Amino acid sequence: MFNISLFSYFGASLGYFVYLVYRKPMVSTLATASVGIGLLAHTVWMGLRSMETGHGPYTSNFEIAMFFSWMIVVVYFLTEWKYKIKDLGAFVIPMAFLALLFSAFFTKDVALVKDSHPFWMTLHRTLSVLGYAAFTIAFAASIMYLIQEHQVKSKKLGIMYFRMPSLEVLDKLNDKIITIGFPLFTLGFMTGPLWKVKMQQPVLTWDLMKTWPLVIVWIIYGAIFFGRMFAGIRGKKAAQGAILGFVMVIVTYFMHV
Amino acid sequence: MIMADPNLVLVGVNHKTTPVEIRERLAFSPGEIEASLERLISHPEIIENIILSTCNRVEIYARVRNTEQGVLLLKQFICDYHKISLPELDSYFYSYQDEAAVEHLFRVSSSLDSMVLGEAQILGQVKDAYSLARALRSTGMVLNQLFEKAFNVAKRVREETGIAERGVSISSAAVELARKIFEDLENHSVMLVGTGEMAELAAKHLISYGVKTVYVASRTYERAVSLAKTLNGAALDFDMFKEQLHRADIVITSTAAPTFIIKKDMVERAIHQRKNKPIFFIDIAVPRDIEPEVNDLENVYLYDIDDLQSVVAANIHEREKEAESALEIIQSEVNKFNNWVVSLDAVPTIVEMRKRAESIRQKEVDKAIRKMSHLSEEDKQMLHIATQSIINKILHKPTVNLKKQTQSQEGHVYLKAIRHLFHLDD
Repeated sequence: MFNISLFSYFGASLGYFVYLVYRKPMVSTLATASVGIGLLAHTVWMGLRSMETGHGPYTSNFEIAMFFSWMIVVVYFLTEWKYKIKDLGAFVIPMAFLALLFSAFFTKDVALVKDSHPFWMTLHRTLSVLGYAAFTIAFAASIMYLIQEHQVKSKKLGIMYFRMPSLEVLDKLNDKIITIGFPLFTLGFMTGPLWKVKMQQPVLTWDLMKTWPLVIVWIIYGAIFFGRMFAGIRGKKAAQGAILGFVMVIVTYFMHV
Repeated sequence: MIMADPNLVLVGVNHKTTPVEIRERLAFSPGEIEASLERLISHPEIIENIILSTCNRVEIYARVRNTEQGVLLLKQFICDYHKISLPELDSYFYSYQDEAAVEHLFRVSSSLDSMVLGEAQILGQVKDAYSLARALRSTGMVLNQLFEKAFNVAKRVREETGIAERGVSISSAAVELARKIFEDLENHSVMLVGTGEMAELAAKHLISYGVKTVYVASRTYERAVSLAKTLNGAALDFDMFKEQLHRADIVITSTAAPTFIIKKDMVERAIHQRKNKPIFFIDIAVPRDIEPEVNDLENVYLYDIDDLQSVVAANIHEREKEAESALEIIQSEVNKFNNWVVSLDAVPTIVEMRKRAESIRQKEVDKAIRKMSHLSEEDKQMLHIATQSIINKILHKPTVNLKKQTQSQEGHVYLKAIRHLFHLDD
């Protein structure tokens, strides 16, 4: 099952790229079908594993990476359904593939959970992963925005100019996904210390090295979130911000692992 | 492959072969097409026909009994109808037969043969010509299939190549840019500064894509008022437009002013007032109306006439490149159509069906003879003759009926059924 998902996402990533360049409608349909199959296998596999372990897929490094990949695909499907931006797949699905591939390097052993507050752990980790998945989509939309913006600005209208959606749509998508993702991420971020409190661990013992990048991530997305509302931040600046934020997310992740 | 039966021919003139003075004399009005289709179809030589008449081409597609005579007949018909002598026109005509005619129609419907490569109008015109002919029952199995196929091919070409996706006029390129900056033009506004003809054209194009709010500013206020009226917009006092700049998402300038009338600081202010919402400036004035440095501002896009012209040139070049992949599609569809035509021919199927029966008969009779060693040579001969005659009698009616049915609309269905029932395709 795991391998089916992995291969499906890989195939779909290739498919979306081929579609981006050669625009054969068949390829796009196949790629979408492939992602669908991958997601189905992914979901079933994750469900079975959770039934076996008795908790959701967020207790080990392996589970979290795999869960993150799953969430990216789910959020991608929701976005695609709402915005119909086919070419987004070429930028998003490779990320889901990489996350899943990355998870394969961790041990699949079930982690020992000595946690007496599964509710708080579930809340904290699910919200965080959901937030990160949203940021991944925002990252993809931002890359597309910058490519498109560059073409229009420099007046060199290449192949991508015609294939990719308008700046307004890409900016709107970036806006929507951060508007939803940032509060979720914030909740996830705040439930972390709460969970520690519930476990009766002193909150302030967490490693500063592990925490400061997260704070920076929060500040970056917060700046985009509030900047859009109050300071007219949009378009290129918002896209650059979302890319910077995502890079920081990756940095944070590797510092946590 | 050679089309054995259908004898398709096409005779016509188009913008490449024939000057407009001749083309306009050869055009058929819709009423004339109706009359001509009826006259042609009543001719014993012609089985099916369709007339396509647009400002760039006049073509008659027909299925005839004999291709050479058919071509001559159609040429003669066009000349007689328009009262011109054939020798006078003959050098303008082109004519294609069978495969070449199929390919030509596919090229026409996909707009590869058009003056402006990839334009959308021709497909509608071909569709109209077809439905008119179909309504008058001047088409039959072959032309129906051919034209339906031609529409499919055009659709494929449009979807799978970029032949139609790039604007090849200044105003369409400008609209395209506007739609890559703003998705939906409906909630956006355009401001015309100056009332040049090209600016008006671009504005109309934008309005056709949904722009509802239009402002017009001109040094002569009356001109602004009258243009605003035709565009259903509001006239602005020329001194006022600078203060109103932030209201416009798209600004088209076309004044005769000798210096820049829109400067960077002015746009900077407008963008600030708009909270960084983008503005798209289209400067079609020569000398230019807008300071080029305006393009350096974030969320501001400025295209002058040269920029747009080079976009158009690049687009035309792209369409030409796309036309090559369109040709590949057309070639493969011509082959498919040919296969369909070949499958219409009853003779090979009949031969195969008889061969199949004969081989079974031969095998079974040989087997029986081996078991009946007492038979004389004469008896054996009789056995062969009797079994052969059984087969001939059984297959006689199917053969005759199959030949008859393949002349009808559903001929290919019968052929398919026979091939399936007798297992001829393994």
